[in-house]
Amino acid sequence: MKWLSLLMLLPLAGAAIVSALPKGNDKAAKQAALGTTLVVMVATIAMAVGFQRDNVDLQYVESYAWIPSFGINFALGVDAIALVLILMSTILAPIVVLAGWNEAHGGRWSVKTFYILILVLETMMIGVFAATDLFLFYVIFEAMLIPVYFLIGGYGSGERSAAAVKFLLYSLFGGLLMLAAIIALYVMSGAQGGHTFDIDKLSQLQMSSTTQNLLFLGFFIAFAIKAPVWPFHTWLPDAANSATPGTSVLLLGVLDKVGTFGMIRYCLTLFPDASKTFTPLIMVLAVISILYGAFLAIGAKDIKRLIAYTSISHFGFITMGIFAMTSQAQSGAILYMFNHGFSTAALFLVAGWMISRRGSSTIADFGGLQRITPIMAWSFFIAGLSSLALPGLSSFVSEFLVLVGTFTRYPVHAIIATFGIVLAALYILIPVQKALHGPTTPGNESLKDLNLREKLAIAPVIAIIVALGFYPSPLLKVINPAATHVISQMGFTDPAPSNGGK
Amino acid sequence: MTFTSPVLSYALLSPVLILLGGALIGVLVEAFVSKALRPVVQLTLSLGTLMLALMQVWRIRGEESLTPAMGSLVIDGPAVLIQGSILIIAIISIFLIADTEHFTPLPAALPGSAEEREAEQAGNQVTEVYPLTLFAVSGMMIFPIATDLIMLFVALEVLSLPLYLMAGLSRRRRLASQESALKYFLLGSFASAFFLFGAAYLYGFSGSITFSGIQAAVVGGTGNDVLLLIGMSFLSIGLLFKVGAVPFHSWTPDVYQGAPTPITAFMAAATKVAAFGAMLRIYYTVFANAEWSWIPVISAIAIISMVLGSLVAIAQRDVKRMLAYSSIAHAGFLLSGIIALNKSGLDATIFYLFAYGIATVGGFAVVTLVRDSSGEVTDLNRWKGLGKRSPFAASAFALFLLAFAGIPLTSGFIGKFSIFSAAYENGATAVVITGVLSSAIAAFFYIRVIVLMFFTDAVEDGTAVEVPSILTRATVVISAVITLVLGIYPAPVLDFITDLAIFIR
Repeated sequence: MKWLSLLMLLPLAGAAIVSALPKGNDKAAKQAALGTTLVVMVATIAMAVGFQRDNVDLQYVESYAWIPSFGINFALGVDAIALVLILMSTILAPIVVLAGWNEAHGGRWSVKTFYILILVLETMMIGVFAATDLFLFYVIFEAMLIPVYFLIGGYGSGERSAAAVKFLLYSLFGGLLMLAAIIALYVMSGAQGGHTFDIDKLSQLQMSSTTQNLLFLGFFIAFAIKAPVWPFHTWLPDAANSATPGTSVLLLGVLDKVGTFGMIRYCLTLFPDASKTFTPLIMVLAVISILYGAFLAIGAKDIKRLIAYTSISHFGFITMGIFAMTSQAQSGAILYMFNHGFSTAALFLVAGWMISRRGSSTIADFGGLQRITPIMAWSFFIAGLSSLALPGLSSFVSEFLVLVGTFTRYPVHAIIATFGIVLAALYILIPVQKALHGPTTPGNESLKDLNLREKLAIAPVIAIIVALGFYPSPLLKVINPAATHVISQMGFTDPAPSNGGK
Repeated sequence: MTFTSPVLSYALLSPVLILLGGALIGVLVEAFVSKALRPVVQLTLSLGTLMLALMQVWRIRGEESLTPAMGSLVIDGPAVLIQGSILIIAIISIFLIADTEHFTPLPAALPGSAEEREAEQAGNQVTEVYPLTLFAVSGMMIFPIATDLIMLFVALEVLSLPLYLMAGLSRRRRLASQESALKYFLLGSFASAFFLFGAAYLYGFSGSITFSGIQAAVVGGTGNDVLLLIGMSFLSIGLLFKVGAVPFHSWTPDVYQGAPTPITAFMAAATKVAAFGAMLRIYYTVFANAEWSWIPVISAIAIISMVLGSLVAIAQRDVKRMLAYSSIAHAGFLLSGIIALNKSGLDATIFYLFAYGIATVGGFAVVTLVRDSSGEVTDLNRWKGLGKRSPFAASAFALFLLAFAGIPLTSGFIGKFSIFSAAYENGATAVVITGVLSSAIAAFFYIRVIVLMFFTDAVEDGTAVEVPSILTRATVVISAVITLVLGIYPAPVLDFITDLAIFIR
């Protein structure tokens, strides 16, 4: 069965259905979008069940000639990393639709358009992780900017169009640098046995170390903007602040993962030597991201900006795990990508409900929510704890793996990064204290607690956070072989872990 | 003196002959058909002629001949592709030209004079524009297939003269329109003079005016290189002027802005195709062996065209001027296809020309739709909120802008990718990197227009979107569909181009 192309077609079919609905029937559009995303989620889970976890080759491979004269194929396939990310994206999609049931109202355009954009975006989210042809990857990588751009600019709040433009221009700039590198790869492949964009074949190209370094930078900067890694992060707070909560979840939870996913899939695989050359620099950038994001988060007055800054810190951890070049850190980074999707989703969704109820996103305006809206407050609290990586919640496992894995090779970086955890406690607990506890701020007395729809949306997220915190091994069993494979392909073996003291 | 009668292969030349015939009949129609019937007759005649010529081009695809007209013309794959592109662009441009609202009723009258008002009240229409278009198209068809310098020059003039005239026909802002026509004419004459000057030197260099003769002299290396360099430079100036590359671009913004928009659309798209078609033939065959001398110069011109076009476009407040500067940047992108000097460069340039031409016509077609009571509104500030007023026009325009910006899933991306990879293959790394970076700059102002249309609230100043006539709507829809199809599934077109695009010498 052609699972991956089926997964990509389903949301498009849903988008076609939504667009065929009569004008003004917003409810039907929402239901159709929710139904579609649920079907996609079920289909993805069904596909994931059949995944052979010990097989490190690409699975569910499909390939169709697309532009034969350039050697371009519509080629799909997943390894464990891609599978985990596709799973995360398709589970988040229905949650986002359900949680943001009313967020399309008040946009510039119709509710229908909103859901068409979301569904088209879902197709691209699956495609970007499933593509095994570099050209196809690039096309989706760039094309997915357009729906996000319209989602931020059309349905966001505040300075939404400026934020949308900033997001688009940053991403386009990075993308064009990557395009230059892709052109170089394409031309080299032509000189070395025929034009191709197949990742496997491209990884076998012979090139000088200068070329490799330059091309690596072309890819890495694009991914670092996407991820975002300090100092390429400045678009993110604005975009996250202006987008609707649902869009923010997709933006930070899924789209930014394309950056870190790209670092593993493209930077490490295509340019192993250059990756090693740049690792010291990137490790420093990652540590800076961790601390810088944390400090900004501590100082944040606005709840959406706070979450955006925490993400910069978390992406620092992920980047560090990827470039630490140990299988533990690699597994940790991959697991982190999955977990971050859900903890950010929980934070953004609950924050979105708080903001829409209170009519303000300033942390100081909240207070005493614990008494007035206990379920909402608890949800935010658990999401926050997951974000600071409390043991027993999912992020702890991944953060721990990243730090342990990094320590064996880069002890200094790991130790400095550990301060990030301390800072995380500050940036989460201070707003929790301000917003949830303490005296009720005037104006908050009559806020309503979560309704059934909202409970239904947040319940699975919290369930996943807790479940993976206590029992991460099903996911780790899938991820570990892939992570080990990446590291061994790079020519690294894990340093012996028990030589402490020497 | 003996006179040999020329041997012509009419079958291969039929597209050009049909066009010239159609144009001449058009002139007769002006003389003999009643005023009321003229618009319909002329439109039908022009469309019929263009369609018939396109069918003939399709029929002769794959045929090759060095001597369809005594060695002055050539028919080969690239010729067919370029001619076909010109004809398709001309057909969808004619749909726009058919909206006579854009043209002054009496071009000879002084702007604002009594005669002009009378002519307007009498409902006069300048149906002369149809035969003029057909003449221009015939020139454009000959330009890329000419194989001697005299024929090339004749074609250049045949395509230019009607355009000079048509640029001055605008109904609104007639003074600006006439000024632009004069400017175009004067600078164009300069360029022609340079062209002739270069041709004379090339004759001095090789003792021949035919491409094959000059090429033989270049390959043989026996001639005086100084003469070759001078000749090549001046010839190139003539050609670069036509495509609007920096530093021969100064006419572009004024003429694009002043000319009636349908003419701008036609001129911007078709002239570029024809001129680049001729440049491809000249640089890929005649001067190919002297690449050491021209590649650095053309590279420099490509780089400054891309950078300057993109940068200056940012400052523009008028949509037609913005598109003009964007066309200068695109001339730079296209020049990287010339620099590539390989088979993939040839294929890529032809694809790019077609894709860009179609998107250009589509873009200007949307410009014709945005009007207030006194005609077209080209001030970008008044395009605010267009997405609300006319989702059709605004979305189509956004699509064309994305294609210009080279966003994936539009034709522009495939074009840019193929042309840059071809240039990179020939070692033009600097050109490729500049191209990619200036694409990023260019994206900025394309996206700003999208922001204006979709994310800014409308101002109430009477700017409205005309309900498009069927013909204009057809132009927009056809261009949009081609732009999308070439972006999503370009394989058939690319294969078609790759199979055909081989120069014969």
